[in-house]
Amino acid sequence: MFKDTKKNRRDEGGEIEGSALADIAFLLLIFFLVATTIDIDTGIGLVLPPPPDPSQKPPPIKDRNLLKILVNQQGMVLIEDEPTAITEVKQRVIEFVNNKGQDPKLSDSPQKAIVSIKTDRQTPYKVYINMLDEVKGAYRELRNRASMAEFGKKYEALNDQSRSKIQDMYPQKISIAEPDQGS
Amino acid sequence: MPAGHFQKKSSGTKQEVPTTAMPDIVFMLLIFFMVTTVLREVTLKVDFTLPRAENIEKIEQKRLVSYIYIGPKKLKGGERGSTSIQIDDAIVEDMQAIRRIMYDKLQQQPKLIVSLRVDDDSEFGVVTDVQQELREAGTLRINYSTRQEN
Repeated sequence: MFKDTKKNRRDEGGEIEGSALADIAFLLLIFFLVATTIDIDTGIGLVLPPPPDPSQKPPPIKDRNLLKILVNQQGMVLIEDEPTAITEVKQRVIEFVNNKGQDPKLSDSPQKAIVSIKTDRQTPYKVYINMLDEVKGAYRELRNRASMAEFGKKYEALNDQSRSKIQDMYPQKISIAEPDQGS
Repeated sequence: MPAGHFQKKSSGTKQEVPTTAMPDIVFMLLIFFMVTTVLREVTLKVDFTLPRAENIEKIEQKRLVSYIYIGPKKLKGGERGSTSIQIDDAIVEDMQAIRRIMYDKLQQQPKLIVSLRVDDDSEFGVVTDVQQELREAGTLRINYSTRQEN
């Protein structure tokens, strides 16, 4: 019985054709090449404050250590209630943060300086981002300056240890003010 | 000089590149691309153009990122509807729902970064509302998605 069902094997052609394998693999490869998106996400990072605790009072902050930036509904930027061009924001923030106690109206030290950002509900998002970009740019320049003076390198080129040292010198304290209710 | 002295001897063997290793190389490339590909693209229900900024940072760990899309709703015929918020594949109607969704996401990924992809013509009010919900949910690391300014 068993011998009858046994097939007669030929000597040639007993192997699977392997040349098509490369073609299939190429096809898959091209599919994944096309489907892959290598675009890296870019953006402006920010850390939100934790939700306010009603039982705790906010810590007192000296007025000189707070730079109030308001972007109103017309898309105007007001620093300490006076209208400022968006291109000037960077310079103003640098002056404010890097004051180191010289001007009595500006901050005591970069560690204590807080940039407070306030917006209206109708504020255009584009203006807000431009303004935030300027503030970030100010901190970036300050950190670059400090790292050039300290290590002779740009801030981006530093290793983690020296980077955190510069971060301690110029901590980015950007506060998002509680939004106004209404309107 | 007579050139006849330098006649080449042609060898009898065939001059072919061995191609047996090619599938291996191709497979290696294939596996690399399979691993790096992120296929989780959502279908966008809102329309947005990202604003441009100069001082931006890169998010390297893409797996930590969760996106919130804010912009005018896409309507049939290419029209733009009212401003809506989209998380994952669905439009969120109820603001309170954001808190719950983001809280669940935070439980799964404690280092969550929320990337806000907001249309540059939006008003900031809606972003404020979303931010308030994010604060309540505890997802404090956010990122305003922008493109590099040229």
